[in-house]
Amino acid sequence: MFEFVVGSPLNIALILGAVLVTAALLIWVERRVLGFLNERLGPNRVGPFGIAQSLADVGKLITKEDWVPPFADKLPFIVAPIIVPVVMLLSFAVIPIAPGIGIMDLNVGLLWVFAMAGLGAYSAMLGGLASNNKFSLLGGLRAAGQMISYEVFMGISILGVVILSDSFNLREIVEAQHKNGWYVFPQFIGFIIFVIAGLAETKRWPFDLAEGESEIISGFNTEYSGMKFGLFFVGEYIGMLVLSALIPVLFFGGWYAPFGWLELPNAIISGIFWMCAKTGCWIFFFILVRAALVRPRYDQLMNYGWLVMLPLSLVNVLVTGAVVLAQGN
Amino acid sequence: MLAALGKQLYIIWSQIVTLWLVFMHIFKKADTVEYPDQMPYMFPRWRGRIILSRDPDGEERCVACNLCAVACPVDCIALQKTEDQNGRWYPEFFRINFSRCIMCGFCEEACPTHAIQLTPDFEMAEYVRQDMVWEKEDMLISGTGKYHDYNFYKIAGKSIGGKGKGEARNELPPIDRRSLLP
Repeated sequence: MFEFVVGSPLNIALILGAVLVTAALLIWVERRVLGFLNERLGPNRVGPFGIAQSLADVGKLITKEDWVPPFADKLPFIVAPIIVPVVMLLSFAVIPIAPGIGIMDLNVGLLWVFAMAGLGAYSAMLGGLASNNKFSLLGGLRAAGQMISYEVFMGISILGVVILSDSFNLREIVEAQHKNGWYVFPQFIGFIIFVIAGLAETKRWPFDLAEGESEIISGFNTEYSGMKFGLFFVGEYIGMLVLSALIPVLFFGGWYAPFGWLELPNAIISGIFWMCAKTGCWIFFFILVRAALVRPRYDQLMNYGWLVMLPLSLVNVLVTGAVVLAQGN
Repeated sequence: MLAALGKQLYIIWSQIVTLWLVFMHIFKKADTVEYPDQMPYMFPRWRGRIILSRDPDGEERCVACNLCAVACPVDCIALQKTEDQNGRWYPEFFRINFSRCIMCGFCEEACPTHAIQLTPDFEMAEYVRQDMVWEKEDMLISGTGKYHDYNFYKIAGKSIGGKGKGEARNELPPIDRRSLLP
């Protein structure tokens, strides 16, 4: 009964529930941690330590009037916010959490994540266009440009990992890291580029130019309110969760304990524990980045992407490939 | 080429330093004062709820001179002068509409008798708009407020019952000009 097989209904239900609950909790966690980083307290009123703040937020968003502006393009306006959370949940499906815990074991797992994350760009783009509003249009344009250009070298940056592990399957990448050691060390440049591109991909600070509330009000979701805005919001947090889970899988040995240290007796429990711990560390890092770094100008962002990151990632792939070839693999 | 590379490295280094400095803030104590649970320290000169004080003898200080009402930039003070049997002036009614009041403190500055004073209390929210209009009975306190030994009628030259001309503090008896004749 309690045998964990990848893709069993129990697995799917548990992971879906856990991801949705975590994404909702992240709204509170982010505000709380951000508060501590700013020497404030953050929301601490609702429930113990303010943990029910997300519930209160969701209650407020659901009871709010679900308003579609009369000048908006109705169908895309309604479809746009649905795309992000769906696409982000789909990309979470291939992420291996522990041996036997996961939803899909795809041989093209890595490509699946990028395909889904790329579809996420439609959400911001459609939302911005359908809102029929200057600021939304600018936000949608920025989102589309940013996501297309950062998607390019996000894909290239992890080719080094693929070359080293000889697989697109995320489970096999984790197993290869267990044999050969973490890929952060041989793939350090690829790792840095992946983190930066991932930040831009999920439109998180400091790459939130598509929203940029000090320049273009709220960018592509200016006209959104109620649960439609809530979907954009939750989608962003699921995206952050996907990214935070993908970085340990690709570079930090996935569910295996770091250097065999503190390995719990049960492989599944140990796997879940270490995966959650590593993901949590990355979530904290992303919140820290939000608290610390400032937003670049849009042309700086584009210049940096095409003139620095893209050549760097290409060089990284070239050098990795050459070294692997020279070793006569 | 080398200079450009150095610049890029410097930019990256500066980002890392920023991240580190912000991270260290997590170990510092929050500055937040959790207000409803914990009262913030209000400075004695804070301009909050307006009171009317009494002189050291326990009489109303206000002499209904209307200077506060004239100084008030939002016209929220209304009062009417009347006089008791001793000839002391006092307000028949004194009304402040706190839904208009901007707590600027001009009335306190204008007051010649230190009667109207602003206090550090700021919790004045009401559910009904009309409750924001305060009458004299609501504002009159039993003490002297910030100025403990000031008593207008003991210093001013105006004669009232029980205190004739020339009996005020620092005041000489009135001069009988005819008696100066040689």
